[in-house]
Amino acid sequence: MPKPAPTQQLIDGLLKGDRLALARAISRVEDDAAEAARIVRGVFAQTGRAHLIGVTGAPGTGKSTLVSALAERYRAQGLTVGVLAVDPTSPFSGGALLGDRVRMTGHSGDAGVFIRSMATRRGTGGLARASADAMLLLDAGGFDRVIVETVGAGQAEIEIASVADTVVVVEAPGLGDEVQAIKAGLLEIADIFAVNKADRKGAGRTVAALEMMLETGGAAAQTVLHHGQRMEMEAAASEADAEEGWPIPVLETVAVSGRGVEQLRDALERHWAWLEGSGARSAREGRRFGHMLQTLIQAEVLARMERTLSPGLRSDLVEGMLRRQIDPYSAAAEMVKKLSG
Amino acid sequence: MRDGQIRVLIAKPGLDGHDRGAKVIARALRDAGFEVIYTGIRQTPQMIAAAALQEDVDVVGLSILSGAHMTLCPKVVELLHAQGQEDVLVLLGGIIPDEDAAQLKAAGVHAVFGPGTSSSEIIAFIRTAMAGG
Repeated sequence: MPKPAPTQQLIDGLLKGDRLALARAISRVEDDAAEAARIVRGVFAQTGRAHLIGVTGAPGTGKSTLVSALAERYRAQGLTVGVLAVDPTSPFSGGALLGDRVRMTGHSGDAGVFIRSMATRRGTGGLARASADAMLLLDAGGFDRVIVETVGAGQAEIEIASVADTVVVVEAPGLGDEVQAIKAGLLEIADIFAVNKADRKGAGRTVAALEMMLETGGAAAQTVLHHGQRMEMEAAASEADAEEGWPIPVLETVAVSGRGVEQLRDALERHWAWLEGSGARSAREGRRFGHMLQTLIQAEVLARMERTLSPGLRSDLVEGMLRRQIDPYSAAAEMVKKLSG
Repeated sequence: MRDGQIRVLIAKPGLDGHDRGAKVIARALRDAGFEVIYTGIRQTPQMIAAAALQEDVDVVGLSILSGAHMTLCPKVVELLHAQGQEDVLVLLGGIIPDEDAAQLKAAGVHAVFGPGTSSSEIIAFIRTAMAGG
């Protein structure tokens, strides 16, 4: 077995467009936080060029197929596309079955599309760090558009998509009522809605329900079931979200046939232009960096705690809790006191 | 030898659509704690090599029941080597005659698993190889 390539060689390679170096660098940042720090330090100055797009939505809405079709449309414009497809790790084995590529065939042989699958691994902090880092690497690797696709279930996954420049929430007809989407917290983060599988029954109703919710700020979705007709809704939707100055479009797509995908790409391009023009882009980027910083600080503090606190203290405190001599809050406060002292 | 999570690509090259074996193995490997990237059926060697590169996998598992293994497998190995992935472990599962298996091993396929192979045997093979054995 050959020796692993030195970190600097991977950094130089990925900045020059070497795809194997990029792939290996992504593995390094996933596997090892210290390596991640070195690699990100080496590429950060070269980032900030790509349009970062988050795509999220419930399982079965057709996100992967839509992302693949979208990549095709970008390619038709001559733009290169990096895709990060995040799928859950099994909590039982620590392994993962990453199947998004099944829906993303058709780009092989095209050096302008790079698809990477990422497992959620040990959860919130680690995933947020690894996915944010991987997006920086794809950006630094020179891709014009970087798409991160996550399942719209679970806070960690939704957060990853929500820190992108533009967030596409994918819905599909017949997946239950709109209240599900409200519960999942998906409505608040969307810059663009794509109602995929729009050739299915009930698509018009899903579109109308979304437009109604945008208009009413998420409340009273039920009214639409009584008298909602698409035509009258559309005008209302274009005035929605006036506070930000971006009217959130609700688009119909059929990813498998390509219907509506060009319109989705155009809406993404419009949003990108709007971000630049309105100054909202740096606000979004600032929010993303704040998020990254928070994740890294939390991880660092946790790591330091693991290093400095004696395992004995923890088991003593647990022992005290078992005997009801100390409550959980006081025990935690005692541990934190040791850390800052 | 490898510190991080072991990543495996499971692919079905060629034109047969019998993917149950590939899916069973994919699940068994996931349950063994590996990250498995599954690409589905009707993959060309070029598609497999491109996926192996982008996913930076440690192992490529090919499932072939069509009889086309003598053309498909050496091509996958050749493409992996050409793109700098000489260190990737290439495994083949399917109905492979013994004399073909010997030739394929000479061509760079690390192991050939025929019908009746238990998934624990394959898992053990990958673990040993990844440990540098």
